[in-house]
Amino acid sequence: MPAAAPARLTVHVLLFASYAESLGAETLDVTVPSPATVGGVVERLRALPGGGLLPPKPLCARNLAHADAAEPVADGDEIAILPPLAGG
Amino acid sequence: MSFLTDRPIDLPALHAAVQAPERGGVAAFVGLVRNHHQGRAVLRLDYSAYRPMAEAECARIVAEAQARWQVSVALQHRIGSLAIGDAAVAVVAASAHRDEAFAACRFLIEEVKRRVPVWKRECYADGTVAWVDPTAALQHA
Repeated sequence: MPAAAPARLTVHVLLFASYAESLGAETLDVTVPSPATVGGVVERLRALPGGGLLPPKPLCARNLAHADAAEPVADGDEIAILPPLAGG
Repeated sequence: MSFLTDRPIDLPALHAAVQAPERGGVAAFVGLVRNHHQGRAVLRLDYSAYRPMAEAECARIVAEAQARWQVSVALQHRIGSLAIGDAAVAVVAASAHRDEAFAACRFLIEEVKRRVPVWKRECYADGTVAWVDPTAALQHA
């Protein structure tokens, strides 16, 4: 019999540049009800102290690739919240 | 060769990486740190990156270019504290003829700027610093 999906999942969040300064951290673990999406993780972050400085729909990555807000997340995923890119 | 480097960009090495007897055209673009931004005097730029993703995204961009055109391409982005005139990014594309080399070169630099997770903090002559937000510049244009 397949195991029931865990009711909650934890992702490793990475913050960079101005976003790391806003939340006062470069990494943190976030636990959300399962199933969850990238956008749901962002909502949880925006409820943290300093999180209001994050835009509602920031650029995000899941496990080293760009990800839409609607993309599902799994327990243990690395979710990066990316300020506007400024390479070059 | 890593796509990100903490050392000065070695353009001849990038050129050598794409050169071959059958490729008669090499197009290169080099982005340098400039001394002004939106009317303010800039002294220095500090580049940072989400390194593992930046490496992965650069590899994807290179693969896409080489799938789309008959080219050999290479690129590097420098990370760390850069002075005015330092090369921050370089892309090169080599092909049998110039059209494909130019097209691939343009594709590489545009995709690097659009997709690779790199940020820069500008240090101004008046002693202040600010993270560069190209999307804000577009809104104000």
